[in-house]
Amino acid sequence: MRHTISVLVENEFGVLSRVSGLFSGRGFNIESLTVAETLDPTVSRMTIVTSGNDQIVEQILKQLNKLVAVIKVVNLTGAETVDRELVLIKVNAEPETKAEVLRLVDIFRAKIVDVAPRCYTIEMTGDEEKINALIQLLKPIGIREVVRTGRVAIARGM
Amino acid sequence: MKMTGADIFVRALEDLGVDVVFGYPGGAVLNIYDSLFQNTKIRHLLVRHEQGGVHMADGYARASGKTGVCLVTSGPGATNTVTGIATAYMDSVPIVVFSGQVPTLMIGNDAFQEADIVGITRPCTKHNYLIKQTKDMARIIKEAFYIASTGRPGPVLVDIPKDVLTGSAEYHLPKEVKLRGYHPNYEGHQKQVENAIRMLLEKERPVLYAGGGIILSDSSSLLSEFARILGIPVTTTLMGLGGFPGTDPLSLGMLGMHGTFRANMAISHCDVILGVGARFDDRVTGKIDEFAPGAKIIHVDIDPTSIQKNVPVNIPIVGDLKDVLRKMIKLVKGTKEAAKYRKKIAPWRDQIAQWKSTHPLAYKQGKGRIKPQYVVEQIYQITKGDAIITTEVGQNQMFAAQYYLYDRPRTFLSSGGLGTMGYGLPAAIGAQVAMPGRLVVDIAGDGSIQMNIQELATAVQYRLPVKVVILNNGTLGMVRQWQELFFQGKYSQTCLPQVPDFVRLAEAYGAAGFRATKPGEVPQVLREGFAADGPAIIDILTDPDAMVYPMVPAGAPLTKMLLV
Ligand SMILES: Cc1ncc(C[n+]2csc(CCOP(=O)(O)OP(=O)(O)O)c2C)c(N)n1
Repeated sequence: MRHTISVLVENEFGVLSRVSGLFSGRGFNIESLTVAETLDPTVSRMTIVTSGNDQIVEQILKQLNKLVAVIKVVNLTGAETVDRELVLIKVNAEPETKAEVLRLVDIFRAKIVDVAPRCYTIEMTGDEEKINALIQLLKPIGIREVVRTGRVAIARGM
Repeated sequence: MKMTGADIFVRALEDLGVDVVFGYPGGAVLNIYDSLFQNTKIRHLLVRHEQGGVHMADGYARASGKTGVCLVTSGPGATNTVTGIATAYMDSVPIVVFSGQVPTLMIGNDAFQEADIVGITRPCTKHNYLIKQTKDMARIIKEAFYIASTGRPGPVLVDIPKDVLTGSAEYHLPKEVKLRGYHPNYEGHQKQVENAIRMLLEKERPVLYAGGGIILSDSSSLLSEFARILGIPVTTTLMGLGGFPGTDPLSLGMLGMHGTFRANMAISHCDVILGVGARFDDRVTGKIDEFAPGAKIIHVDIDPTSIQKNVPVNIPIVGDLKDVLRKMIKLVKGTKEAAKYRKKIAPWRDQIAQWKSTHPLAYKQGKGRIKPQYVVEQIYQITKGDAIITTEVGQNQMFAAQYYLYDRPRTFLSSGGLGTMGYGLPAAIGAQVAMPGRLVVDIAGDGSIQMNIQELATAVQYRLPVKVVILNNGTLGMVRQWQELFFQGKYSQTCLPQVPDFVRLAEAYGAAGFRATKPGEVPQVLREGFAADGPAIIDILTDPDAMVYPMVPAGAPLTKMLLV
């Protein structure tokens, strides 16, 4: 099962490799990982999407907690959360497909952020399903490149 | 008043009560060595190889319970420490390793003698640091010792660039350590402890399974008290030897791959295991799906990651063993239930006694070649079980675990987790430094001893009278044993025909050398070697065909032991 884990860490050099090294060294799997500073500039937040059975996820949470540079670990899975991902998609825009691209952009409430003679760059935020759906629909038109940020998540309420 | 980084370094060690440093100088740490020159509070021992230095710090720590310290230069000095650090990490030994580093502005430029030692040791330290500013030096050193010695102990590395040593700052050693991400939990949950005792008392065939945590937490006397109150048999891991008296009637000896028949049978047939300070590693459990099939498991450990890692646990308790065992004792001591329980489980103890009498540890010493088991037994008798024993790795290690009975903690020092050949001699030197009055004996193999033999020079220089007993079988015995059993006796690269003359080698180093070639000579030669003034090598030519039994083949269940 997939899990989204939110990790508060000391904002200092080497922390990312401590965390990623923990995953690679113990054979845990990382689907995505994002890091950025929080309101407190001495603290960063990592949002990690991983998968594994209950025992593995329990180990991941405990091992993360054991790192001295890790301040707090929260498993957001199962909790009420809002999660988002941002994607940039460079797609072919030939005279005969332009209209279709624009229509999809409109339906998905995405944005065109760069226009070149034969391609558009689309930006969209949303949850993973929505992003996957847009990518699926754009594929037949011809996607040149996709850049995704990976998931960030926050608990609802409170 | 401002001080240089190097002076701050030395002052901080003094203020933290460090009295011994095992080290080796080089360009990046010259300033520290300059500050140490003629220092009277800190004794520096010049080792002969940085790996040896780390093992010495490790042996010092294991023997004394204090944190061991090692100091090395950048680049090759630092990379030479890696095996020692990984060894300490696997066995949870509190040491702090200080490495020099190229100046901060040169880091990343492939400067002369630069190695990213913080990156290299990240996965084998409990934590590590690169000091970036002189003003952080004292605080980081304080934190390093705190992290190394608290919670589940472990090695910490501190990397110090040269300009941080030459720079200056005010000296301020913080009184307390504040780390947002590090709060070891010492108190066991009272309700869980009560649940554990309830579960234990309901059962009929209990086993106490104790690991190195018992020794690290200094709770072996509590363990003995608890076991005796309830009459529960105790088995220990390799790391737990000495954590429960080996001569106690309740002792089952070691369990696992080369465990005793009774320990492996008991753990396989018990209905409840109380695991304390152990981690259910593969050398202990054998085939994991068939480990202790009928048993409920209670697991106490200070490190939450140890719990539920390899086996599912019914009652987990995170906490310091001292606290948890005290709570457990309080619940049962002097109670009627305890007396009833002791009686109730008497048949179980009888069953175990029977296993012991039908399948004791055994070997036969005839007139022919010297059996390694016999040598270890003789060491036990001559030292009256009172020595500090270190080991190398291989058959020597297993015989030392099986045939010497350890009654007290911190008397058996061995690389359990990593299995590092070359550990025993430097660890013995470190232990001797910590315990000057004790007899320290390294039980070695002729292969392993050659991995850090250079430290004999250290022992001689500082008059540390360690004794090395080489079970010299002319082979890499343990590997050969596997080839014998699982590779049709094809001894690929396990013969050591070019074994040096260890007696003359000892003499070349300025130590004493002794040799026994026949069984009858063994006791006398051991006595002479132990009585010798300084360090000694006692070379004993042993039977290359000797095998360590019982043996559970890797991946087999514990009940499928190969016996003699
Ligand atoms: C540094 C290192 N290299 C290799 C091994 C693998 N190994 C385990 S036991 C052993 C043989 C040890 O031979 P020796 O020291 O002569 O001891 P014996 O088994 O003969 O008692 C080897 C090579 C190891 N444990 N450590």
